[in-house]
Amino acid sequence: MQVEEFLELSAGRSPEKTALVCRDRRLTYREVEEQCNRLAHALVAEGVQRGERVAIYLENSVEAVLSIFAVLKAGAVFLVVNPTTKVDKLTYILNNCRAVALITDIRNLAGLESRRPQLPHLKSIFAAGMSSTSLRDSEAQLVSLENTLSRADLPNLPPVKKCIDIDLAALVYTSGSTGKPKGVMLTHLNIVSAATSITTYLENVPDDVILNVLPLSFDYGLYQVLMAFKIGGTIILEPSFTYPYTVIEKLVQEKVTGFPLVPTISAILLQLDLKGYDFPSLRYVTNTAAALPTRHIRQLRKVFPHVKLYSMYGLTECKRVSYLPPDQIDLRPTSVGRGMPNEEVYIVDDNGRRVSPGVIGELVVRGSNVMKGYWELPEETDKVLRCGHLPGEKVLYTGDLFRMDEEGFLYFVGRKDDIIKCRGEKVSPKEIEDVLYSLDGVAEAAVIGVPDGLLGQAIKAVITLREGAQLTQRDVQSHCSQHLEDFMVPKFVEFRDELPKTDSGKISRRLVAAGALEAAE
Amino acid sequence: MQNIEQELRQFVVDNFLFGQPNGHLSSSDSFLDKGIIDSTGVLELVVFLEETYRIKIQDRELVPDNLDSINNLVRFLERKLQHTS
Repeated sequence: MQVEEFLELSAGRSPEKTALVCRDRRLTYREVEEQCNRLAHALVAEGVQRGERVAIYLENSVEAVLSIFAVLKAGAVFLVVNPTTKVDKLTYILNNCRAVALITDIRNLAGLESRRPQLPHLKSIFAAGMSSTSLRDSEAQLVSLENTLSRADLPNLPPVKKCIDIDLAALVYTSGSTGKPKGVMLTHLNIVSAATSITTYLENVPDDVILNVLPLSFDYGLYQVLMAFKIGGTIILEPSFTYPYTVIEKLVQEKVTGFPLVPTISAILLQLDLKGYDFPSLRYVTNTAAALPTRHIRQLRKVFPHVKLYSMYGLTECKRVSYLPPDQIDLRPTSVGRGMPNEEVYIVDDNGRRVSPGVIGELVVRGSNVMKGYWELPEETDKVLRCGHLPGEKVLYTGDLFRMDEEGFLYFVGRKDDIIKCRGEKVSPKEIEDVLYSLDGVAEAAVIGVPDGLLGQAIKAVITLREGAQLTQRDVQSHCSQHLEDFMVPKFVEFRDELPKTDSGKISRRLVAAGALEAAE
Repeated sequence: MQNIEQELRQFVVDNFLFGQPNGHLSSSDSFLDKGIIDSTGVLELVVFLEETYRIKIQDRELVPDNLDSINNLVRFLERKLQHTS
């Protein structure tokens, strides 16, 4: 099976059912299917070939969803880039995967104009929100996205299928310890397997209405759309959780049954006055990305007493690892559960040997949901995808330290590397440090995660200045906000006279973090 | 109200644009569409409004119509301040 069939099969079964709701627009499965088919034909006409990459640089919108399925229908590979990504990183990603087409919004395009000469692979740009009614601005090589979606001369039926299920369907860029983002390669089989396992344990049915506020560049957000279409349900797409009451009202109005959260959202939700609101339709709430504090779990259980609360854990490289069955949450609130259906998980020591219950080790994942590797990074791939027990098979070494109890429930202990998890997104300290070093006056920099009630971990930059240099926290944040996505801008900046080093003379993030903790106490 | 608008703009620029020159933020720009503010930012904004203008903002007033641009904020504040005076 291929991912675009999630849409095609549901459109065949229930063409008049509402598939997608975003702001004031409501689309049926038939409308989604037909518009995706037109855009797919337009992509093919632009020369997009099987297996080529098409980047989607849009906020949560109808167009973003249509683009994902259109790219798949064209036989190509999609990647969704967070709309707050700055132009340097976007250029890097487009070149790294040699994207041949970009689908975006005219507002997001402004910064990219000057980069066109540096993007030799990019042949076409589809832009939403073009003011003119013309189909194509030949000078700027722009195609109007809205006009393409409604073009009467493009076929309503999908293009001929070219892919098989071990072909790539998507790249999801994630933070790497080297500081450069890595493209996680997901095949159709990877995505179909993960979506099948997840919708099985969530007991999803066609009547489900899922409300998603998470960005589609984040796999947790992306899968809400994919899974809603797979089960033939309805997806309510919100641009963000910025205005919580707008979202709360939608939960009620649309009779939402499934609401995915990350810890930041649950923290905000629990600060709101929800008296007078009733959510009789809500059937389940999920959490992943970072552990939910036990206090939040208890409070969420009070706010939503009738709702099943799923505590889950995963990483982009295999989408999801585990879930805690809702009937266990009051018994073992700190566990993230067991492996999901059709997947095996175990814990190994440094020599790759399985450890006994209670012993801390690295979590290993085995299943069809495990990625194909990192895009054009064979060495990085070999570090995490290692031989399993069947000939030729690869299993995923997660880099996450876990222990398992006697009954097989998993408990997260920490990371093997220095990756920070902030607002549910993985953040590489190296990527931020590289940006800090590009600021005049910075001599040394180390970026660490510090505990934060709202963000899980907040990002802190610890800096030493060159002699005579004068920088404030504001200067540092301003510089970072021009080069990094919003969630990567340090919340705290500390200036020190020197940074602790390891014996080999390298700055030690661990010792910097220990110093920061002492200072806080 | 001229003052209020300036104060609000200063707060938004200082806290959400980290002091960057604000030439590109017009009074009608949606903070949401521009990616200027997130849900943690909204909570910071509310604390600022309550402390600076000595008003009480109900949770239910945290909607884009009231908060999502400099213009919306000014209108919202005018209304709130009239009610208190």
